[in-house]
Parts: sequence; C-alpha cells; structure tokens
Amino acid sequence: MGFLIVQFLTGLSDASGLFLVACGLSLIFGVSRIVNFAHGSFYMVGAYLAYYLIGYLPLGGLSFWASILISGLIVGLIGILVEVLLLKRLYRSPELFLLMGTFGLILVIQDLSRWLFGSEDLLGPRCPGLDGSIDILGTLLPQYDLALIIIALLILLAIWLLLNRTRWGILVRAATEDREMLAALGVNQSLLFTSVFFLGSFLAGLGGALQLPKGGADLLMDLNVIAGAFVVVVVGGMGSILGAYLAALLIGELSAFGVLVLPQSTLVMMFLIMAVVLIIRPYGLFGKGKSGEYEYDEKTSAPIQPASERLKLAGLGLLLLVLLMPLFAGDFQLVLMIEIAILALSSMSLYFMMGPGGMISFGHAVFFGGGAYAAALLVHHLNTPMELALFFAPLLVGLLALIIGWFCVRLSGVYLAMLTLAFAQICWSIVFQWSAFTGGDDGLLSIWPSDWASNRIVFYYLTMTLCIGGILILRHLVFTPFGYTLRACRDSALRVDSIGINLKRHQWFTFALTGFFAGLAGSIYVFSKGSVFPDEMAIPRSFDFLLMVLLGGIEALSGPVIGSAAFIWLHDLISRIHFWQLILGSIFIFLVVAFPRGIAGFLDNRFGRIFSNHIGPRA
Amino acid sequence: MTTILSIHRLSKSFEGIRAVNNISFDLNEGELLAMIGPNGAGKSTCFNLINGQLVPDSGSIVIFGKKINGLKPRHIWRLGVGRTFQITSTFISMTVLENVQMALLSHHGRTLNVVRKVQNLFMDESIELLERVGMADQQDRACGTLAYGDLKRVELAVALANNPKLLLMDEPTAGMGPKERSRLMELTAEIVQTHRIGVLFTEHDMEVVFKHADRIIVLNQGKLVAQGCPEDVRRDTGVQEIYLGREEAARLEKII
Repeated sequence: MGFLIVQFLTGLSDASGLFLVACGLSLIFGVSRIVNFAHGSFYMVGAYLAYYLIGYLPLGGLSFWASILISGLIVGLIGILVEVLLLKRLYRSPELFLLMGTFGLILVIQDLSRWLFGSEDLLGPRCPGLDGSIDILGTLLPQYDLALIIIALLILLAIWLLLNRTRWGILVRAATEDREMLAALGVNQSLLFTSVFFLGSFLAGLGGALQLPKGGADLLMDLNVIAGAFVVVVVGGMGSILGAYLAALLIGELSAFGVLVLPQSTLVMMFLIMAVVLIIRPYGLFGKGKSGEYEYDEKTSAPIQPASERLKLAGLGLLLLVLLMPLFAGDFQLVLMIEIAILALSSMSLYFMMGPGGMISFGHAVFFGGGAYAAALLVHHLNTPMELALFFAPLLVGLLALIIGWFCVRLSGVYLAMLTLAFAQICWSIVFQWSAFTGGDDGLLSIWPSDWASNRIVFYYLTMTLCIGGILILRHLVFTPFGYTLRACRDSALRVDSIGINLKRHQWFTFALTGFFAGLAGSIYVFSKGSVFPDEMAIPRSFDFLLMVLLGGIEALSGPVIGSAAFIWLHDLISRIHFWQLILGSIFIFLVVAFPRGIAGFLDNRFGRIFSNHIGPRA
Repeated sequence: MTTILSIHRLSKSFEGIRAVNNISFDLNEGELLAMIGPNGAGKSTCFNLINGQLVPDSGSIVIFGKKINGLKPRHIWRLGVGRTFQITSTFISMTVLENVQMALLSHHGRTLNVVRKVQNLFMDESIELLERVGMADQQDRACGTLAYGDLKRVELAVALANNPKLLLMDEPTAGMGPKERSRLMELTAEIVQTHRIGVLFTEHDMEVVFKHADRIIVLNQGKLVAQGCPEDVRRDTGVQEIYLGREEAARLEKII
C-alpha cells in the first residue's frame, strides 16, 4: 500500500515538473500563437543559472530559494530580449519562419551555454531543509518531491488568479480568444505579447531551476524537455493552463504506474498518451477548435508556374555537372554529393507534404529512418540483395505512412504536426528497445551494396539516378491534378468540400507518397553508410529535415534541394569549428530576418528576371 | 414544372433553441427563390441543413427525388448541387482558370491523376464557364489579387462546373456595391433561365430580392411565416410587422 502511495506521489511530482515547463509554453502559444521551440533552452538556462547562483549568493539557507527566483527573472529578461529583438520581426512572416527562428535560438543558446557553463553534467545541490525523505507506510519519498507538488499547485493557483482576477489577465484571455478583435479595441498588442513572453520565459527558467535538486543541469536538457513540454501543451489543449496541469497529471501518473506493468514503456508512454488523446479529442482535453491551425498565408501562395526555358536550361546544366562530377571530383566530394542527393530527396518529400500539402510534420525522420531500417532489416535477417531491399523498403515505409497518416489527417495545424512527432517517437522507441530484432542502440552494421555497385563511382550514379528521379517525380506531382487538388485542400477546406473533393483521402495519399520517397532516400542512405542507428529516426533528425526545407524556402519547388545542399555544406564547413552550432543558429536567425522567403525565394526575387521567358518587366 | 428541392417539416435545435422549426417549402426548376428574414430567423441554419453542413433533427430534404438527410456536402454536390458562399471561398494560390479547372477535375473524377499535367486539362470547358460569367479575360490572374465582385463571379463559375440543376447561394451580393449587385443577379437570372436551374438564395438587400426573385419565403424565429410572389409578400402585414415593427406596419397600412 505504502509503495502504491509513494508511486502515486512520485507520479504527481513528475507531473508537477512537467507542468512547470509546459505552462509557460502554453501561455505564450495561447496569446501569440508562437510555437516556441526554444522554450526548453530557457528551461536549461534557468537550471544552470540557479546552480551557479546558489554557490555564489551569501544568504545561507535562503540562497537556494532566492537563486531560483532570480534565475527565473533573468531568464524572463532573456525572453524579453528575444521577443523584442527577434520574434517581433517575424510576427508578420509565415508561422514556419517563427519555427525556424526559434530553432536557430536553440542552437545559439546551446553553444552559448557550453561556453558559459561548461559541458560537464552538473549534479544539482540539495534543497536546504528538504533534503531528507519521509516514510509513508514503510516506503521512502524524498521531501523535495512533496515540495514540488505543492509549488506546482501554488503556481497553477497564481496563474489562475493572474488570468482571472487582473486586468492584464483579462486581456491575455481575450487575446487567446480573438486577437483581431482585441487589436480593434485599441489594446497595445505589442506590450501584451512582450509581457506574456516574459512571464512564459520566467516560468520556464523557474521550472529549470526548481528541478535542479532532482535532475541537475546538462546540455541535453533543452531537447529532452521540449518534446515533453509540447506533448503536455497539446494534450491539455493549446493555451489552456488547467488543461496543461491535467495533461501533466495524466502523463505523470500513467508513466509512474505504466512502468510497473511494462518497464519498457518509459520512453514511449507520453507519446502514446498524446496519440490516443488526439485521436479521441483532436484539439486536446481543453482545447478549442481552430486555435492551433496554421492559416495559410497569402504572401506565400502565388500560383505555381512551370519552369521557363531558361530555368530548364539552367537545370539541365546543373544535371550535366552532377553527371560529370566523378571526372574531376575526389572521393570526399562524391561522398558529400551522395549525401546531399539522398537528403534532398527526403526533404523534397517533406516539402511535398508541407508546401502543396499544407501539413507540417515534426516526425519526418520516421519515414527516412524507417526506410533505412526496413532495408537494413531485410538485409540483416533475410539476406535480401540490395536491389530487392531498395524496392521493398520504400513500399514498406509507404505502408507505415498509410497507417500513421490515417490518424494524422483527422487533425490539422500544430496538432497534426505533434501527432506525427508522437508516431515518430513511438517507432523510434520500438527500434531503440527491441534490441533482438533491430540491434537497439548498437544499430545494424555491415549493410553494403551489391558487388556491382560497391565501386564508389557506380554507387554515385545509382544514387543520383534514384534520387534525382525521385525528386523529379515529386516535382511533377505538383503539376498534376493530384498536386493541384492537394493545394486546393490547403487553400480552402470549405471550398473543396463543396466541389465534391474528399480532403482527407487526398491528404492520406500524400502521407503514403511522402513516406515512399523518404523511405527510398533512407534505404539508399543505409547502403551508402553501411550501417544504421536509431538516431536516424530520432527527433533531431526530423528537425534537420525541417531545417533543410525551411532553409530553402517553402515557396519554391527548388527550395528543398537548395536547402539540403546548403545545410550539408554549411554543416560540413563549420562543424570543424568549435562552436559550430552557434554559427549555424546565427545563420538561421539571420536568414529568417533577412530572407523571409527562404533562399530559393530570395534568389527568385533577386535573379528571377534573368530566368524568366520574357526579358523586361513582368506582366 | 418539376420540383427539384422539396423541404418537408424540417427542424433543427441548438441547445434547446429551435433554430429551424417545422419548415416546409418547394423549389421548382428555373425558379429563383429568395429566403429572407431578420437576423437570427434561421436562414443560415436552414441553408446549412440543405447543403449538408448540418444534419437535421427531423423532417426531410429531398433533392431530385432523393432524400439527402445526413449526406456530406461533397456527396450532395455530386447529385448536381452548386454552392456559393457568403464570404467567397476560392483557392487563392491558383489562377482564375485553375479554380474552375479544379472543379472540373473533381466533376470528371480526375483528382487522383498523377500522370497528366493540369495545364492542358479541360481548358475549353473552363474557358466556356468563365465566359458565361464574364471572367474569361481575367483567366490568368491569381485569385488572391481579384476585386471582390470578380471573386463572386469566379465562385459562380466554379459552382456551375458540374452542370448543377440546383444552385444554393448564401448572400450572393454581400459585400458588393449596388451596381455590381444588380449585374450579378441579372447574370444569375439569365443563367437560370437558359439552363433551367433552380436557385435558392438568402439575401439582406430587399431591393435585390424584390427585383430578381420569382418567389420569396420569409422566416422569422425559425418558422416560415409567409411565402409567395414578391407582390404578395410585400403586401403581407405579418411580414411588414417583422421588418418594420407593429406600429410602423399599421401606419403603412393606412397610407396604402
């Protein structure tokens, strides 16, 4: 009995920790619709700051709590800085650019933290006065766990009072309901957004500092915590604080007890819960419809045009260059080109889903890594030759995409994106934990091409054929009735329904196509590397693909190819430098501020005239 | 004359409030039927029941002899029902021509085609539809850049793409200037005449209603309170009361 009570309280304490990260995120999203991926980074900074402050503050027993509060305030100020200097410039850009900006922030803060705080994992100090355990019917529970439970409840109460009993809170709630109306009433939105961002960041910093005695501080915290925070926010309903608390509670308790029944469930429980909740309640427990949907921005949706003669000529020239490359390039350049081609195909398939399809995926790695694993497993267990593996792996991933897509197309916007992430995490955890079949963390090794293709140059041509072929097919699809229908679904769900089109069916097939081509890319990838590890399916991999697509720009068909090339080139160029993430992050931030249409869009703006059929001003 | 739409004892409640209360009426081919009534009379609800966005609590909606209760909008469209919206809804990332092509692709069941390019599909048919609404000369413009009145025309062309026998137009002239209103309704009347289409439309502008409708039905508080030709409805004291209030109506009575 005592054990069960302690297990319950442990779950509650974990839930409290989750709530502390998630409530700030939910608040920010509710008001400004910013999906702030850097929230986890703020949390990490809060933990580091508190660690050092506790050591320096000469306040005795009080220094612990004072440090936590001060850390939260400092992170809140950092939040203001970020909002005013960066995010304010992006409110008028498409949501995707906000995403990319906050991605850049993650990288920048990551390296700045490494520089400022060092890369050692820090063990958190104990909380003075609460460093013991209490005995509950024979089982011990750390006192600090109880303190966390109470603090989370107090913060929930404080936020509730703030939102329901103050003028500021009324404005925040009004902004969550209807931003345009609030603006029409003459409320200073700019100030409101900044203050909400301050509060949200403060809460993130506070959360990071508060969990210090339990978890310490390390450089992986940011990404580790952000996925969980998003799950809580989405399960609770975006913008709902009470929903976030209940969601955290649900996840904390089910995880605490799930572990007893099925020890392997730790990695996946959270995402499983999210998948189930979203399938039953598409907007989360307390969410209201629509608020999480991306509205397609008119600025980004000019009609597509087939390539002009000049552009085709340029493309042909580039193709020729790629084909002649082995004549003058060294081994290293060929390897780099192979990687670019593979990732370009994978990004192109993601682009197909995000651009014409209007569906954002945070879990694209499940298809890419899925392809890699499908091929590797075929080779490893059935001794399948490369040719057959390259044929069957994409089909298998297409099938997987049909299953995942069947659930996902029931949702839209951020909710859809989060469900893709959930499925990706579920698949990743299966691959990670089922060592007997997938090799687990050790991966699968010795997956080499057939003899005829083992020569570097032959493999280069094989890769180019498949990848360029795939990219051209995807490009062609955009111009076909299917591609048009997909864009129609993105533009106006109401209108497609009223001209007899089944929106979900078309989006569902898009998942299958995306899965197939990403799977193809993944299966070539595994033969080019000779091995595969669970990382290929993990969240950072999904983010890589997002970054490649965003880097190229969502507007131009050539975007993903340019984006992948730029990403890998940048990565290769600067990963030899010590603080390469700082540079890469800064580049992203610079890009979204300077080129709100992506690189390809920028090129089109600047040089598009040169490639158009008519010289002179456009009609 | 053939009846193409037949509403019988239709009801729909929201949280206990009867938004549409036991309404019955018919629509014949080649007829322009206006549905009017003050705000909250139940026009939109009634409209959304017919186009499939809402499911009725009781009663029946019969289109071309087929009961359509509970069918989805896209299935109702397949029966030959075209729709335009109060706030225009077009594909803004496409040109005028492509918007019409899109409707034709759906009509001909080609939306899953992944081989052909859209560029050359159903060109003649699309241009003909655009000519019918007077938008052929603007076919290459992006829908996002059109004037509001022109968007309404594009919507009309889209709604006509599946050769509908029934057109549902929700506030067809909302947001337009007086001249444009008249032009659009004349255009609609002309199309209705030539193709023997039945049109059900809601409208706030009484001038448009009395000038163009063949017949009018009046809703108030969820009930059908009057129907008939424009002259009859104009003289109906009950209708005058709804729109002008009891005293005004009495005053008007004296003047007449």
